Amino acid sequence: MKTRCKFAAMISASLLVIGAGLIVSQKVSAAGEGKITGTIKLDGTPPHQKPIDMSKEPSCQAKHAGHPITTETVVSANGALQYVVVYLSEGLSGAAANAVPSEQPEFNQTGCQYVPHVIALDVGQSFKVVNSDQTSHNIHPQPKPGAGNQEWNKSQPPGTPPFVVKWNSEEVAVPVKCNIHPWMHGYMAVVKGPYAVSGENGSFTIDGVPPGSYTVSAWQELYGTQTQKITVAAGKPTTADFTFKAK
Amino acid sequence: MAKFFAVTIILIAVASAVPIVMHTWEAPADISTHGALIDEQMSETMLEAGISFLAAQIILAIFIWQFSNPGPDARIKTFPGGAKGLVIAALVLVGAEVMALGIFGTKAWAAQYFTPPAADAMAVQVQAGQFAFYFRYPGLDGRFGPIHPDLINEGSQNFYGLDPDHDQDSKDDIVAAEMAIPVNKEIHLLMHSKDVGHSFYVPELRVQQDFVPGLDVSLHFTATKVGKYEIVCTQLCGLGHYNMKAYLEVMSQADFDDWLKKEAAMQ
Amino acid sequence: MHDMSAHAAQHHAPPTSFIRKHVFSLDHKVIGKQYYGLALIAVFAGMVLSWLMRIHLAWGAAPIPGLELLSKNGAPAGVITPEYYLQLMTMHATIMVFFVLTTAPFAAFGNFFLPIQVGAEDMPFPHFNMMSFWVTFTAFLVLMASFFVPDGPTLGGWTQYAPLSAVGKVAGPGQGTGVILWAASIAIFCVGQLLGSLNFITTTLDLRVKGMSLMRLPLSAWGWFITSCMGLTAFAVLMPACILLILDHVAGTSFFVPSNLVLNDQLQPHSGGSTLLWQHLFWFFGHPEVYIAIVPGMGIVSHVLITSMRRPMLSHRVLIYSMGALAVLSYMVYGHHMFVSGMNPVSSLAFSFPTLMITIPSTIIVLIWIGSLYGSKLRITAASLFALGFVSMFVSGGVSGFFLAQPSIDIMLHATYFVVGHFHMVMGVAAMFGIFSGTYFWFPKMTGRMMNETLGKIHFWLSFVGTYCIFMPFHYLGMAGNVRRYSAFVDDYTMRLIPVHKFITVAAIATGCAQFIFLYNLIHSRFKGKPAPDNPWEATSLEWSTPTTPPPHNNFGDKLPVVYHDPYQYGVKSSTGDYVMQASPEQVATPHEEK
Repeated sequence: MKTRCKFAAMISASLLVIGAGLIVSQKVSAAGEGKITGTIKLDGTPPHQKPIDMSKEPSCQAKHAGHPITTETVVSANGALQYVVVYLSEGLSGAAANAVPSEQPEFNQTGCQYVPHVIALDVGQSFKVVNSDQTSHNIHPQPKPGAGNQEWNKSQPPGTPPFVVKWNSEEVAVPVKCNIHPWMHGYMAVVKGPYAVSGENGSFTIDGVPPGSYTVSAWQELYGTQTQKITVAAGKPTTADFTFKAK
Repeated sequence: MAKFFAVTIILIAVASAVPIVMHTWEAPADISTHGALIDEQMSETMLEAGISFLAAQIILAIFIWQFSNPGPDARIKTFPGGAKGLVIAALVLVGAEVMALGIFGTKAWAAQYFTPPAADAMAVQVQAGQFAFYFRYPGLDGRFGPIHPDLINEGSQNFYGLDPDHDQDSKDDIVAAEMAIPVNKEIHLLMHSKDVGHSFYVPELRVQQDFVPGLDVSLHFTATKVGKYEIVCTQLCGLGHYNMKAYLEVMSQADFDDWLKKEAAMQ
Repeated sequence: MHDMSAHAAQHHAPPTSFIRKHVFSLDHKVIGKQYYGLALIAVFAGMVLSWLMRIHLAWGAAPIPGLELLSKNGAPAGVITPEYYLQLMTMHATIMVFFVLTTAPFAAFGNFFLPIQVGAEDMPFPHFNMMSFWVTFTAFLVLMASFFVPDGPTLGGWTQYAPLSAVGKVAGPGQGTGVILWAASIAIFCVGQLLGSLNFITTTLDLRVKGMSLMRLPLSAWGWFITSCMGLTAFAVLMPACILLILDHVAGTSFFVPSNLVLNDQLQPHSGGSTLLWQHLFWFFGHPEVYIAIVPGMGIVSHVLITSMRRPMLSHRVLIYSMGALAVLSYMVYGHHMFVSGMNPVSSLAFSFPTLMITIPSTIIVLIWIGSLYGSKLRITAASLFALGFVSMFVSGGVSGFFLAQPSIDIMLHATYFVVGHFHMVMGVAAMFGIFSGTYFWFPKMTGRMMNETLGKIHFWLSFVGTYCIFMPFHYLGMAGNVRRYSAFVDDYTMRLIPVHKFITVAAIATGCAQFIFLYNLIHSRFKGKPAPDNPWEATSLEWSTPTTPPPHNNFGDKLPVVYHDPYQYGVKSSTGDYVMQASPEQVATPHEEK
């Protein structure tokens, strides 16, 4: 009777170990994962980007050559659209969806602007809020009430150290504003699973996508969300281009 | 101890008066047409308050010096004239003084608040919000477009909630973060608050007026000297109150016209 | 004059249990001491807050070690954030105005000495009296609780102008729960003051002992009586105002919030309220409040000065009428806080004239003090030094009122440090000097022990010179246009003023440290001081005629005193020396009497 119990315990323990190993190996098997690349374009004339007059904050104005422009639609000469968040809105399995990247991106307040203007984050991913200016900032993200994230705001006098925070629920996207400088505006997109934000040339790459069928979403602050259904194969890139229509 | 106290009071009183007599810390020089009356009223008051202050402190000190720790034979004496004399003195001297100040001061106040702006005064609207001022010029049509509070979006810099696509009057409105005005031209400043109480204070212009949320008030003034001055908020409006300011640029008419063109291009 | 039912109510047996004796006591003397203790805790708390503010203003980037433990968000790495500065400022002002300047000179000393000075056994409504203290104490706890809510206390300043105070969290940190706690605390405080004022008025009118006509009341009793009349009307307006403010937060009403306000890009769900309404309600209380803080001090200081000068004031009656005139006028001048508020400019003028008029009774009071000093036999004690210091401070704070009373000059000085200097001098420091004077004077009667006079004088010198060093420069800053309630100075024209701020900060810390001498003296003398005689200052009023020191539970033992004289028979020939006590039947050869 006693030995039997022991045997059963050993069996279940080894099963547990194997199971855990399988889960872990699924996470780290980079070779078997695909990626999604693409370019985001804007079709039509972008809205006028009004220059920002920072004359009331001379230390910030000094960091810019002329008047910096609003960053709500940043379009390059060939129509490529920057600051678009691309993420997998459907199709991710539990493990891949719940993995939290360990790197800590930085959300910087510099020259009285948020750099980057749009930051994408995984649920539970820590990020650092930095004040590089010679003035106080009061960063104030305003998540939708009831969506699971708490609204907060925090002052950072010049010279105070960065602080680290994270978001607990998915939300695309949390608007962020500075309570001291009304023109300062940005977004934090909180998603589950891999994500990317389009760069200056409108291109993006989402790495580490397990093979499978997905709905890819692209979100832009003025033009909203577009989706595409794609299938990602192991080890090779899949293309998903998006084109937003100017209003 | 009492004598030392008396000397201390006199020293403090004199030391307090020194920076005022020496003009160590003074208000910046006046650049307005109405400010001279205020300044005159200020120095008049300073003179009267200063004399009252020094006289009271010094007499207090002298009496403390003289009447503390008297000998055993000293007898209680009464101030010549007694209470009646003092009451009459207070009524006549102080009464006359404050009445004079009050009546004279009415002139300075009336000059700014009871005279309407001239018909050709230039209208500029200022909107105060947490924590910046924004200024609106009506453009060529001379009319300000309507404000739609629900359209206010600071991220895209629509600070006033204008809708130029639908409102004809808003099309040529110019919104700027600094206030430029032509020199020697009367300005009719329309004051609007977007959120909480704020105030518009330019020491050089000798104006200070609160913004009243829900109630638009107006001011008028003429700046007489070209230069760059600060507009600061003096009504506690939240955490960024200390940093709520804008610049006032007083410029020649020609420079102002150029400035307005440049701003119009930036809209 | 004698109302039997009131007499029956004030009569109660001495308690036996510790709790009924020291905690939930009905004895006006214990309640007075409880108020004093509360004010003492509050004043040191308020002082520490002012130090933090001063350090931040002078050395803005300097971390204050340990402060991050008090508020992680308010002072990351010990550096005070803009909102935390405003929160400290609001709490400093609220604590000082309500829990020190209203509590100590009026509620503490008044409770202890008013019944004794009129010759009563206790207040007519002892239960109300007990309640008034515990309600006030609760108000203090509610206010302090706001330090521990997530956003911290409110940052709206002690004036809590709407709509900043009325739209909720969206207006800034502390504007949600912080404001609700603030308004609740003040509304509760008002209840305490109303109960207290009711008791004070009834005591003065109904419980005077045989022979004590109104004109025979000492000036301190007159100070408390006039103050309680103001308290009854002023706090009765503030309380509903605070309740309406709370309703704007929790019930969706819009008493103080107009329509179409946009905060944080969000259109606020309010309409139809008036922001000026709050200012009118607040200042209708707020200006009398200034006199609620100072008139008891005037009474106490007159009382102490007379005893020290060994002569009555030139005119008892004129002083009383002048204090009364201050009280009445204080309701007609409140609009001078609102000259640039956007109310009708005609109202500004209408409020300006009574404000200038109030100079007249103030001047009469000061002239009577100084004129009475002439030909007196002044005894220098810690109490009389502080009383004379009060006169000096009141003059300094008073003359700056000339400026602020005139709307045209107020355009330049409104909301600058000139105002800060003015009200700290006339309402803050002067009232504090009144409290100190009263403490050194009455401590022997309250505790049965003497305070150390030498330490008292050292405390006076440091405080007197120190407060002038702190508050005089504020006036200069204001004249140069330095705006108050700024957590940092970023305007170009304020840069040259920063050395002045540094000077003020050093002076404030030094003067604040000197107050620990007082605290030591107070606590040490309470337990180790020399035993006090019944009448150490050779004074005349009834509190010095009690059979024991401190007075017994019912103040006068078996027999109530009978009053034979006006309160201040000094400088007369008598068997006791140069004075005759009010309760002494001795004939006075040439009595001081009011014609």
